[in-house]
Amino acid sequence: MGSQSPLVEKKSYLKDTTAFTISELDQIREQFPILGRLTASGAPLAFLDNAASTQRPLAVIDAMSDCFRRYYANVHRGIHTLSEESTAAYEQARRTVAEFINAASDREVIFTAGATASINTVARTWGDANLGRGDVILATIAEHHANIVPWHQLAERTGCKVVFLPITSEYTFDDTVVKDHLARLQPKLFAFTAVSNVLGTKTPVRRWAQLAKSFGAVTLVDASQATPHEPIDVQSLDTDFLVFGGHKMCGPTGIGVLHGKQQLLEDMPAFLGGGGMILRVTTEGFEPAELPDKFEAGTPPIAEAIGLAAAANFLTGLGLERIAAHEHALCKIADQGLREMQGVEVIGPDASQKGGIVSFSIDGVHAHDIAQELDHLGIAVRAGHHCTMPLHRWMKKTSTTRASFYLYNRPQEAERFLEAIELVKTKFTRSGRRRRQRNPQ
Amino acid sequence: MSSEQDIYEEHVLDHYEDPYHRGDLEKATHSHEADNPLCGDVVHIDLRIDGDEKIQEAWFSGDGCVISQASASMLMETIEGKSLEDIRNFTAEEMLALFGPKLTPNRQKCCLLSWRVLQSAIHAPVDDLPPDNEDGPDVHFGGPSLSEET
Ligand SMILES: Cc1ncc(COP(=O)(O)O)c(C=O)c1O
Repeated sequence: MGSQSPLVEKKSYLKDTTAFTISELDQIREQFPILGRLTASGAPLAFLDNAASTQRPLAVIDAMSDCFRRYYANVHRGIHTLSEESTAAYEQARRTVAEFINAASDREVIFTAGATASINTVARTWGDANLGRGDVILATIAEHHANIVPWHQLAERTGCKVVFLPITSEYTFDDTVVKDHLARLQPKLFAFTAVSNVLGTKTPVRRWAQLAKSFGAVTLVDASQATPHEPIDVQSLDTDFLVFGGHKMCGPTGIGVLHGKQQLLEDMPAFLGGGGMILRVTTEGFEPAELPDKFEAGTPPIAEAIGLAAAANFLTGLGLERIAAHEHALCKIADQGLREMQGVEVIGPDASQKGGIVSFSIDGVHAHDIAQELDHLGIAVRAGHHCTMPLHRWMKKTSTTRASFYLYNRPQEAERFLEAIELVKTKFTRSGRRRRQRNPQ
Repeated sequence: MSSEQDIYEEHVLDHYEDPYHRGDLEKATHSHEADNPLCGDVVHIDLRIDGDEKIQEAWFSGDGCVISQASASMLMETIEGKSLEDIRNFTAEEMLALFGPKLTPNRQKCCLLSWRVLQSAIHAPVDDLPPDNEDGPDVHFGGPSLSEET
């Protein structure tokens, strides 16, 4: 590759990236040891599957390793040095995360197992307590299954129904349609993603939260694809519930956050029962603990919370505005390059309306073949329905391919990606082949 | 740069572009169709099996990735003239060997789709109701399906 680039006139996109200088980017990449490895084919890795999960910087690896090496013990229970140190670090992690999203209080920050677990918690507690037959949950057609299936399950339990908000043919949302749905359906809950994990489309979280409020709906925002990339301020957004996971923002797996307004959380019944979430237990029953313990039954993900806080500090240190600008520049290179190619369709709005996600399809080439061949060239992307089957059905596609950029990707990787797509197109273009006997070697 | 075998070797691409017996078989005695729902690959197989329990003709149609379609073509080419006994004894491992390039567990599913359909088709006479086990023999290969990702 490279010597005979199919992009005849090599454009320099590099000037677009103003957020990080080349040497800053080098320093950032040094923080992510995994980025130095090769893929199975022996090619240098270009990791463009960040919307599925990101990599971890040394700050996160070290924070977790430090916990295990120096002070790990169970939290909130032991009267001994290690437990007290672990408890302090765990509760400090909560404060760090509360600051990261500007929560009004750290009691509003519930640690869960991930974004999926957070949404299920809301469905099982707030949902079961507040929804009944005929009530409506409004969600967008672009939601991840994590923000659909728990509502289908709630509908099965309570007889409420889930209605989907359509998307325009430009892959954006029309505010008048949103307003119309809210007015007509009077939903009890409006559950929507801040950023679509397939289209990259950003939703106007603040405006929709205000609209929902004016129609009496509670909002749940899936910020899984937002917190890794842009500053989030739950007080200014005025959302009722906001959820995200650790692993898409340089943090560990097995940890996520449920943010809820304090009053809502206090009014909600507890969910998982067990140790840690109770004030007192008798043979007759139990009394739940105060927030946030009420929703954290069992031994929590201690090292993971500490790792998540380290990730939040890492992102804040780099500056989320700069991260967003950097990713956006890379996304623009890929988006524009793909749009200029014959036989390639970008699935998503104009780059100006999205962050670091570019999904696409190539005429006559299956998404899995694209991903397989890109892997051969060292480029990791995602192919499939990306846990958005309703969206794909609406788009009449069984699968798409997605490149997603993050703070550590280089502009050169976006260019390499475009060159690789040209190679993929060439490889799978029909060229009048005839079937022959297999080559004996 | 490559230390790994190219999955899309010439032989595979040849079968993809110039498949053996792609189409419908009018006089099919047996037929079956199945898909990999998560990636959308579909393969349909029509067979003409004679009184001696031999496959006289085999045709396929379908839609999907190179691996699913090229492997179906290779399979059709191989099975004509074979007995049902031969087909029943034809294992998943042999199907993967017939395809050639080594596949990761995720992609083995694509290659084994036509093999699954064939194993069901020999039990699915035309004009009969489809067999209970829509997905063919209960053989598990590879990891979780590629598309059920987050
Ligand atoms: C938009 C969106 N919501 C929810 C999830 C699920 O998050 P988690 O893996 O933290 O449960 C994902 C990705 O996996 C996602 O992209």
